[in-house]
Amino acid sequence: MRIKNKMTTKFKRPDGRAIDELRPIEAKVGVVPNADGSAMYKSGDTIAIAAVYGPKKMHPQHQQNPLKGTLRCDYNMISFSVSDRIRPGKNRRSMEISEITKWALEPVLLLDKYQNQVIDVFIDIIQADAGTRCAGINAAAMALAHAGIPMKDMVSSVSVGKLDKTLVVDLTKEEEDFHEGEGPTDIPISMIHSGRITHMQLDGKIGVKQLKEAIDLGKIACEKVYEIQKKALKDAIDMENGGKE
Amino acid sequence: MDRKVVIPGEIIAEGEDLLPGEHTEKIDGKVISLRYGLAEEQNSLVKVIPLSGVYSPRRGNVVIGKIENLTNNGWVVDIGSADSAFLSLMEVPRYVNKDAMEEVFKIDELLIAKIWSIGKRGIDLSIKSRGYGKIEEGMVFSVNSNKVPRIIGKEGSMINIIKEKTGCEIDVAQNGYVWITGPSIDDELYAKKAINFVTEKSFIHGLTDEVTKWFDENKK
Repeated sequence: MRIKNKMTTKFKRPDGRAIDELRPIEAKVGVVPNADGSAMYKSGDTIAIAAVYGPKKMHPQHQQNPLKGTLRCDYNMISFSVSDRIRPGKNRRSMEISEITKWALEPVLLLDKYQNQVIDVFIDIIQADAGTRCAGINAAAMALAHAGIPMKDMVSSVSVGKLDKTLVVDLTKEEEDFHEGEGPTDIPISMIHSGRITHMQLDGKIGVKQLKEAIDLGKIACEKVYEIQKKALKDAIDMENGGKE
Repeated sequence: MDRKVVIPGEIIAEGEDLLPGEHTEKIDGKVISLRYGLAEEQNSLVKVIPLSGVYSPRRGNVVIGKIENLTNNGWVVDIGSADSAFLSLMEVPRYVNKDAMEEVFKIDELLIAKIWSIGKRGIDLSIKSRGYGKIEEGMVFSVNSNKVPRIIGKEGSMINIIKEKTGCEIDVAQNGYVWITGPSIDDELYAKKAINFVTEKSFIHGLTDEVTKWFDENKK
């Protein structure tokens, strides 16, 4: 009996990570030469590429907003991003995530000076292993900064999960398919550097107390993501130095 | 002069006596960057110099544009910014028949002009001064508009070196278009190569020396 208790408290993740440990992250800025700003964000086996075009004139004209600029996001999973080929193009899920990404990023953007204009953000998931919307948001935030769009802060995103009763950070696909005890719960959270939340979703069941814990875990994880985003943006300029300085 | 790379939301400096300059804001005595670029502090004024992004037009800028459309009282010009510019028929010093506006500027033709005003109605161009008007010969290519100050250099030091070494006439427009006219196409391509070198190495200190060295290494 005692041994069993010990096992439930010492929860073991399939890839051996600690419960608050993120997957290995790589981030790079300026990966799409033709875009005004672009970024790649890789977290474990999930890879997202974001490209920003604009500000440019909004087309079609009836969508122009004379008060402020518009942000337009397009999330897309490439057909080869998962092991079973997915049908290319828009679907219900991708359209929802596009909108969610827009809501996550819009609060930090200063678009007052871009009347009747639009900023296009294209997010392509070239390899998916859960947490694609978070990777997409992280890449898009970096790409927007790289495109020189005025922003109040960066946005960092991470998914917090509950596997049975244990809270873990940055779920993989394998963990999302966990089906013991209470099953899996996925909570993608996006927040700005100061800790204010711009986006949160919940897929599953969780109590109020534990949700607060999950947000605190997310806050610490987002801080780590922020440092990586910051480093990627700063390194881009040192690289252009040609390593000569 | 101390410069450092900043990202949006990053605290550049703290202090009650600091003034927030371009692309910054001050909250609780902290000057925060609103854009990705180089932060610079000068006489307690903190500002951010952007390194990327599309061209944003300003009054007095010299720009190179392409005729996009003809209207009954002027030409619509694409200058690489979000909004198109407008060149009024009145800017042409001689009488123009409204049915024969193509004789002055046809669609897709290039011109160099000055931004004369920016208002709610749009961007107005002027070609009344000397040096402005249609581009009829040479080569036009585009570079990152944020690097134009580097190509020109302090009081034109950089561009003068390139002009001297290549024997070409070079016009660098504020919107990132460069117009080169030289004795031969090879000279023009040589000048283009030199300018691309400047844009690639734009963060190096003592770039003018570096460019002189480049000219010694890469002779025609």
